[in-house]
Amino acid sequence: MSALSLAFYALAFLTIAASIFVVTSKNIFHSAIYLILALFGVAGLYVLLQAPFLAAAQVLIYVGAVSMLMIFAIMLTARIADTSIRQTNEQTVTGLVVSLGLLAIIVYSLWQTPFPISDAPMPEGAGRTLGRLLLTKFVLPFEIVSVLLLGALIGAVVIAKKDPQRREPTMPKTPLPGATQEASR
Amino acid sequence: MMEIGLSHYLTLAAVVFCVGVYGMLTRRNAIGVLMSVELMFNAVNVTLVAFARYVTPATVTGQVVAIFTIAVAAAEATVALAIVLLIYQHHRGINVDQVNFMKW
Repeated sequence: MSALSLAFYALAFLTIAASIFVVTSKNIFHSAIYLILALFGVAGLYVLLQAPFLAAAQVLIYVGAVSMLMIFAIMLTARIADTSIRQTNEQTVTGLVVSLGLLAIIVYSLWQTPFPISDAPMPEGAGRTLGRLLLTKFVLPFEIVSVLLLGALIGAVVIAKKDPQRREPTMPKTPLPGATQEASR
Repeated sequence: MMEIGLSHYLTLAAVVFCVGVYGMLTRRNAIGVLMSVELMFNAVNVTLVAFARYVTPATVTGQVVAIFTIAVAAAEATVALAIVLLIYQHHRGINVDQVNFMKW
């Protein structure tokens, strides 16, 4: 077995095992830690696929920013990391059937499809090509994405900000049914 | 042992995507649902980059689309977590099976 396939299988095992732990872990904080591991595995896969810029962006944006955001949200919403609270709803069997069925359909169809695989190697300086494409052919989506990020930034601040002027709550102040009994459990 | 090819990466991405689907369907915690959605985004990105590597190696269009996906996913996570914090301030709980006040 070549070193490349060994690296692929190691990264694939890491990514799949970590993502299974993300969705099954009892403690939501552990899920966040496993999510970071899975995102690192995906970054390694990008390196194997000769996309070093994407690997760096993955580590910076996902591992650095999105996971930290998740952990902040977990820390700010107290008691939800409590393992005594049931973390899954009653759709476990349905979810398992749906996801396994979807997996079977996807894998069957992709092993049946003849993809036009090209044996040409990646050209040298793919990163330079990437940057040039972003600022020539894809400049309009590039600008739209920057406006989208600005909008998301402002929107997140406006949504999460406490409004002292608000006269009456638009949502019921009382805790939801079920929340209290779980807290006292 | 066969050489690592496009099918290997696509199968891996399909597995991660379906794990994300399972998590999204079964998690009660809104942040857990968001983490499952992030897993699905990553699976799709692996698919895009694998196609860029094995089908169109000369043009790196798939990687460009993957960059846009990462940016949109980051924006989505930001706004969604702000909404989660707002719901938590009002209800002291973010289990998605209890947050149904928009249902008429």
